[in-house]
Amino acid sequence: MVDFNRFTLANGLRVLVHEDDTTPMAVLNIVYDVGARDEEEGKTGFAHLFEHLMFGGSVNIPSYDEPLQRVGGENNAFTSNDITNYYITLPATNIETAFWLESDRMLSLAFSEKSLETQRNVVCEEFKQRYLNQPYGDVWLKLRPLAYQKHPYRWATIGQDLAQIENASMEDVKAFFKKHYNPQNAILVVGGNVKTADVKVLAEKWFAPIPSGDKYLRDLPKESVQTVERKETVITNVPLNAFYMAFKMPARRDADYQAYDLLADILSQGQSSRLYNSLLKDQQLFSDIHAYITSSMDEGLFIVEGKLSEGVSMEDAEAAVWVELNKIAGEEVTGTELTKVKNKSESIMVFAEMSLLDKAMNLAYYELLGDASDLNTEIDKYLAVDAVKIQNAAKKTFVREQCSTLYYLISNNA
Amino acid sequence: MLDRTLIPESKQVNEINFIAPKKQELDNGIKVFTINAGRQELVRIELVFENVNWTEAHPLQAIAVSHLINNGTKMLTAREIADKVDYYGAFLQTDYGADQSSIKVYTLNKHLEAVLPILWSVLNESIFPQHELDIFKQNQQQSLKVSLQKNDFIARKNFAHAIFGNTAYGSNIEVEDYQAIEREELTGYFSAAYKPENCTIFVAGKFEESEFAILNKTFGKEWSNSTPSAVNVFSFSSSVTGEIFIERPDAIQSAIRMGLRSVNRTHADFPAFQVLNCLLGGYFGSRLMANIREDKGYTYGIGSAIVSMKDAGYFFIATEVGADVCTSALNEIEKEIDLLKTELVPAEELDLVRSYMLGSMLGSLENAFSHADKFKNIYFSGLSYDYYDNYIKTVKSISAEEMMALANKYLNTADFTKVIVGKK
Repeated sequence: MVDFNRFTLANGLRVLVHEDDTTPMAVLNIVYDVGARDEEEGKTGFAHLFEHLMFGGSVNIPSYDEPLQRVGGENNAFTSNDITNYYITLPATNIETAFWLESDRMLSLAFSEKSLETQRNVVCEEFKQRYLNQPYGDVWLKLRPLAYQKHPYRWATIGQDLAQIENASMEDVKAFFKKHYNPQNAILVVGGNVKTADVKVLAEKWFAPIPSGDKYLRDLPKESVQTVERKETVITNVPLNAFYMAFKMPARRDADYQAYDLLADILSQGQSSRLYNSLLKDQQLFSDIHAYITSSMDEGLFIVEGKLSEGVSMEDAEAAVWVELNKIAGEEVTGTELTKVKNKSESIMVFAEMSLLDKAMNLAYYELLGDASDLNTEIDKYLAVDAVKIQNAAKKTFVREQCSTLYYLISNNA
Repeated sequence: MLDRTLIPESKQVNEINFIAPKKQELDNGIKVFTINAGRQELVRIELVFENVNWTEAHPLQAIAVSHLINNGTKMLTAREIADKVDYYGAFLQTDYGADQSSIKVYTLNKHLEAVLPILWSVLNESIFPQHELDIFKQNQQQSLKVSLQKNDFIARKNFAHAIFGNTAYGSNIEVEDYQAIEREELTGYFSAAYKPENCTIFVAGKFEESEFAILNKTFGKEWSNSTPSAVNVFSFSSSVTGEIFIERPDAIQSAIRMGLRSVNRTHADFPAFQVLNCLLGGYFGSRLMANIREDKGYTYGIGSAIVSMKDAGYFFIATEVGADVCTSALNEIEKEIDLLKTELVPAEELDLVRSYMLGSMLGSLENAFSHADKFKNIYFSGLSYDYYDNYIKTVKSISAEEMMALANKYLNTADFTKVIVGKK
């Protein structure tokens, strides 16, 4: 159970407070309701590049990191296709420093040319390190545009290519800030050794003077229903043959979402899971096999990925995966399997309460989904899933015409 | 009107409270250290075994045992073990480290009594079935092939071997080493290492007398394994120093890893060296990050660390940089080390590092698990909580002159091993 209090400032900023006196620390977490899906074609990778620029100094404070480190704090951020999340952890006695820093960069950035220049380079190096310079690193650059044709999920958070990042201009940066970085598009969570009354005073002092800005209304193109199976083959210098199958599945807020999550767990969570035992252990077709979901805010993906054992043909490997997918779509999972994945979900949620930062991030995310108090009833949604729901989810999902598969084949000259 | 240019008042961290564990013994003499804290009804129980009987001829035996220990007992198949653990929503995790191997269980308290017997069976009745070993060998070879296409992996492997040679700290595992594993090595190692005399238990979470009684009932009795063994002790010949360049013509980034063997936690200089390391490459604001990432944009990340193991420590700097700027990055790293040796660290920067490190230490004591981890660090180094008192005192008081002396003592780049994988 993660308790919290909630209030909204006049400028529209939503504030949640989680009091936890077992720690001397505090967390300040801000989620901005903007991700790579809000980018324009041709200017992709921008939400993430922008996240880097948020550390390049704000209108009244030349350095973001230094004053924070000086009071014993740490910070970081991440960008996904859906959201951009920033967080600070620091000794609770110094919480005001976090308010000072976070509010100033919501007010306005310094927009320094030097910072833009450097972060363009840093992000290009990140692009190379994570997506280009290692085997299978480019999977999401290729799989997304195969699975999505209209929705902006067709590009990865890092962007479509290096050139779009290299071409980002200061004008783009300013426009992006104005459009997305304002109190109405943000949720602030303060957690740890703090009192709600004090947080209220600090929020009023530092965030209330920020103009509310224009509310960004998201209107993204909807993906048409896929009716033809899609395949793409990459022949390249990889050590093992592999494939990635992507099926469409409901959005995060859908009432059936939890059934899909448990479906993925039954197929692939841990060493008791179906795919691991059947395909890796019994038939020894794969050295690596996983199924998982992207948990996206719009229509998401159900992924099955595998690396083939030496000497196994792609046809045999793929056929064996389909046998498992058809089986789970064809007959109900057992009561034991269902209890198992529900117990596991319960454990994961209780263990997540061990971490102050996880609690703060979860509150922010659930508030963005609709209501932070849903965090505390989420487990009930999992417990309410029955075998029929899981079978229905499998039936709807594992359809060949709605599958997009990316194959990696070892090139002969490797 | 609010003046946003004024920094709010702040305080340096003064009090950092460590929770010391309660020490108990099971009926068979196994030591149990418990951090009983937290509000959640859950517990982590970790059984730690010293690594033993190291031999160059079988570099993978301890690793393979750690991987396969939950893959079949006299009564249960691998699948049945996994089914049982997962059914209770528990997590069973095996870890191989340079000095110790451990098996950890995470469970909600309500399932503790059901979960512990499975763990007991794994630690006493494992049979290491041949077909499970065959699958392990095949899949580990495949996974190694993938890793061997990653520059940072190749750099790490070659660096460790250059400074630690054919010991467990540096052994240079190749695909063939997996092919050579025999089942008898595993059953032999299992019987020698996984026994009460070689076991220490660390518990963290909600753990009262009633839970201890369950633990004692399960693990306090006689165990099956009792083969005599010798705990690993390593000594090292001189490192291969200088540059080791491994060319990868297609690389668009080069991995750099450089450093040298050094002191470990038991040495009086260790806490001070940690301050020096932090300033150089141990946090986001470090000199290496400020220069090579934030000023030059050569990399997504660069860092340095000092690692403490039982019989040695080592210092290293690691990064992946654009292949076209590899030489420039190497020069800048060298420059930053030189600066530490020749110029006093400005007071303002040193104060910043002090505050950052104290805040970071405070923040690292988040829950029962982290308090247990802090205790394990000192326990396996043969130290007491005085170590942390001294660490905090050192962070608060070390002078710029001492930092410069340390840099000259421990960062002699002529003694460095410098591994570069990619292009330069």
